[in-house]
Amino acid sequence: MWQFFHKLGSPKWFFGIAARLMPWLLAGGILLLMAGIVWGLAFAPKDYLQGNSYRIIFIHVPTAFLAQSVYVMMAVAAVVTLVWRMKLADVFVKSVAPVGLVLTFLALFTGAVWGKPTWGTWWVWDARLTSMLILLFLYGGVIALDRAINDEKSAARAVSVLVLVGVVNIPIIQYSVEWWNTLHQPSTFKLTEKPSMPAEMWVPLLLSVLGLYLLFGWLACLRMQTEILLREQRTRWVKDYVLAGRG
Amino acid sequence: MNADCRPALTLRQDTVGALAAMQAVFARDMKVAFRQRQDLLNPLLFFVMVVTLFPLGVSPEVSFLREAGAGILWVAALLSVLLSLDHLFRHDFDDGTLEQLVLQPQPLFLLVLAKTAAHWVLTGLPLVLLTPVLGVMVHLDGNSIGVLCLTLLIGTPVLSLIGSIGAALTLGLRSAGVLLSLLIIPLYIPVLIFGTGTVASAAEGAPVGAYLALMGAFLVLALTLAPFASAAALRISLSNG
Repeated sequence: MWQFFHKLGSPKWFFGIAARLMPWLLAGGILLLMAGIVWGLAFAPKDYLQGNSYRIIFIHVPTAFLAQSVYVMMAVAAVVTLVWRMKLADVFVKSVAPVGLVLTFLALFTGAVWGKPTWGTWWVWDARLTSMLILLFLYGGVIALDRAINDEKSAARAVSVLVLVGVVNIPIIQYSVEWWNTLHQPSTFKLTEKPSMPAEMWVPLLLSVLGLYLLFGWLACLRMQTEILLREQRTRWVKDYVLAGRG
Repeated sequence: MNADCRPALTLRQDTVGALAAMQAVFARDMKVAFRQRQDLLNPLLFFVMVVTLFPLGVSPEVSFLREAGAGILWVAALLSVLLSLDHLFRHDFDDGTLEQLVLQPQPLFLLVLAKTAAHWVLTGLPLVLLTPVLGVMVHLDGNSIGVLCLTLLIGTPVLSLIGSIGAALTLGLRSAGVLLSLLIIPLYIPVLIFGTGTVASAAEGAPVGAYLALMGAFLVLALTLAPFASAAALRISLSNG
């Protein structure tokens, strides 16, 4: 266990593991996402109230789901950075923050597109929407702070503090639809209860959520690899790797 | 900066307890501020000017101002606290006082808390005291003004506390001012929502106890956690330079 933990701190070791994992993540992600989206868009039954417009849920929910859980993952990595000074944790935060930003934007965008036919408006200042917008700002702040500090180590630690401070927003997003009586409908998936929609709808939704998770894993590995190569460019193994690649 | 404006801070080891050290830091910050009175006045002037922009820029109608007044005052107060945050650690950072503060045997988070308290007394509190005058100018009724002052009294310390984290994180960076706003405004939004929500609820004649309790909870949370985060951020920023 501890050996594994120490190995995780080694960028070189992670680089190799990531290279082996990535094809599986990519294949699994594309497969699940395709299955979920094709099933959801073409074969799932129509909603009795919203008709076909509800089908954007198969993109909206996965992106919104990921947008939040990427932040939680970043927060965990931030704790690891601050407590154990693990290099990889901070590589993770740095590589993944822009992905989180894009996912949050997509969630807001698809939400707006969905809101137009169902609520009759692109945007309402509803608790869930506003807290997602704050999440977008938080991602932006994390990226801006990271870019502003030149020293790599202090950037990592400063960003970690900021990520942890921003984590208070996550429970607010999660429970906003339950604490306040708002326009946005309650969560589709809950750990403790059965989904409130029929299986023909929630199974493809679950598939696309899982697919996007895998795809995110692939993207995170790819971005982390790039970042590792940049940071370790003066080491021997990177030199060997690059030269071997050129063959 | 005039050197004799800024007395040195003496906290001798062992003999000075944490509380006495906090007092010394607080007293010094007050002294420094009162030797440069213009710096104290600037955020207040800014507050008044921002509030003035709304009746002139949007509408001087009594009905509009009565409805939007509390929000305008809250936003103006928020911006003016934001503007003053840059001063919180900047001068101490420039002349090396901050490094001495970090080296003290007393826990840094307590000293940061003392500095933040001084910042609130110098900027937040005057804003609260100025609010009734501006409240009358935007045609709020007496009850709303009272509630508004109360929410600002609870809310501005939260703004100072959260802001201290951002100020510590952006210390010594280029374009720190804009960055500070980017980092801190998202965290200010919940305080703003509940602050104005309280006044809106009071204006409808609904009870405001629950709102005030929530704002109190914000204050307790910020009071207990923010000094730790700013102390950690200060150490990072100092090791940066």
